Amino acid sequence: MSLEVDIEHRLGAFRLQARFTARAGLTVLFGRSGAGKTTLVNVIAGLLRPDRGRIAVDGSVLLDTERGIFVPRHRRRVGYVFQGSRLFPHLSVRQNLLYGHWFTPRSERREQLDRVVALLGIGALLERRPGRLSGGETQRVALGRALLASPRLLLMDEPLAALDEARKAEILPYIERLRDEAGVPIVYVSHSLPEVVRLATSLVLLEGGAVVAEGAAAEVMGRLDLSALFGAREAGAFIEARVLGHDAAFGLTRLAAAGGELRVPRLDLAVGSRLRLRIRARDVMIADRPPQGLSALNALAGRIAALRLEEGAIAELALDLGGERVLARVTRQAVHDLALAPGREIYAVIKSITFERQNAAAFEESSEI
Amino acid sequence: MFLLDFRPDEITAIKRSRRGATGAAAGSLPLGILTALLLARGRFWGRGALDILVHLPLVLPPVVTGYVLLLLFGRHGPIGHFLEATIGVVFAFRWTGAALASAVMGFPLMVRAIRLGIEAVDRRLEEAAGTLGAPPLWVFFTVTLPLMLPGIIAGTILAFARSLGEFGATITFVSNIPGETETVPTAIFSLTQVPGGDAGALRLTLVAILLSVVALVASEVAARGAARRVAGL
Repeated sequence: MSLEVDIEHRLGAFRLQARFTARAGLTVLFGRSGAGKTTLVNVIAGLLRPDRGRIAVDGSVLLDTERGIFVPRHRRRVGYVFQGSRLFPHLSVRQNLLYGHWFTPRSERREQLDRVVALLGIGALLERRPGRLSGGETQRVALGRALLASPRLLLMDEPLAALDEARKAEILPYIERLRDEAGVPIVYVSHSLPEVVRLATSLVLLEGGAVVAEGAAAEVMGRLDLSALFGAREAGAFIEARVLGHDAAFGLTRLAAAGGELRVPRLDLAVGSRLRLRIRARDVMIADRPPQGLSALNALAGRIAALRLEEGAIAELALDLGGERVLARVTRQAVHDLALAPGREIYAVIKSITFERQNAAAFEESSEI
Repeated sequence: MFLLDFRPDEITAIKRSRRGATGAAAGSLPLGILTALLLARGRFWGRGALDILVHLPLVLPPVVTGYVLLLLFGRHGPIGHFLEATIGVVFAFRWTGAALASAVMGFPLMVRAIRLGIEAVDRRLEEAAGTLGAPPLWVFFTVTLPLMLPGIIAGTILAFARSLGEFGATITFVSNIPGETETVPTAIFSLTQVPGGDAGALRLTLVAILLSVVALVASEVAARGAARRVAGL
């Protein structure tokens, strides 16, 4: 499966010029408010006709202004989960769920009500009205409704934006299951890094209406030249890790990452579970030899891959830790004093790791370690 | 009891009124919905003129409206002559004419209420229906129409109530023929013009009040139900 987008559209002074390809899995469109994310998904869904461009899903053309092709929204079979759920208030949950299903040609129906209801855990809500649902339930029903139309592509426009942390934590596992089990490629709009880290297979960065980068999520987030887009406080890459075991005496969990072993406050995860750890650039210190006499538990050996001096006192480093990218933010003086340069072997001391605890109230938290 | 001692022509007037008002409200509903849709959502040349035309009966003296109807729909009027020649429908001095006059007078109120109902419909829900595979006409019947129901109910009741009370245009267009075009208001008017008509006028006045109260209560109940539905409760 693939989605090819290459469009141009002008809205007043704003100009959207976007070209990217999304493949199987979940592609996050990431950017600040006003970067053009929603406009872009509206164009893909057929809610907005762009000035120029071409859109194709699996080679089937939805839009081609040069050839005069514009497939109307109801024939695109592109599912859309909106920021506000947009459930039909005059229909019950069951009727909402079956709305798109009913309009799907019988031969194209891949999803069944029972399966979707079980996947999203909404069996108890079927006879209720949308006005009687909580925020989290509403979004789950909206997900199910889009899914039951058996779309070829699922668009999700900040589906968690209106929810508090606890409700987000309630929905995220369902979106992960959709990504991993339903087999529908997903384009997911977000401006939240925790969501990117948790969900993204690949990442498309939008800035001022233009695509500035696209690629595998870890790769894009580990790029030095893009870190400014994420903001100085939040910039940083993520690494994959696996639970090795738990240390009861100190209440720690041992994790295996490509660059070595990490220890974090106990996680409620089975041995062998995989998770992504977000490591912010400002939480990484550099040592030129194995650190000793430090309270920090985690130091991984690696190599400096790239160096970027910023205006003022700050320098940013991209580190290669056993094949994974991590960013570090240090002072220019440190670069000078330690003679830091690309290729140099170093130790990265990680002061804090941000990760999600599954099934907990807050879906992201930081640990000083 | 003289209050319940209705005379036959009074009964006929009540029946005519009810039938005329019901016919006027129900008959003008499809056109009312269409006009309200055009005014609320249409982007076409002449929309302002249509808006003015629809609202004219609201501001014109009813006698003028009645006279214009007589000119157009009378047996020698262009439309009246055409309709009589083709489908054999006559409006002049018939109860159908009274219903037509009521419908025209109630039309602006109906269109205004339905238009407000349409403007209250969240268009983003229609977009959502489209992305779920519903063609435009289906979107209208499954999403737009049910959601504008409160406006439709309000508009129909308003038009019905306005029709019950219609006097000026009716008496100008179809006169006041007992048993044919005489309605409750015109009957009350003529009863007050003759000696000894007070009791009949009072009876019909009470009937008019009763009909109005029933209409208002019915509209309130229906509107509440529809509003709950539209709110998703």
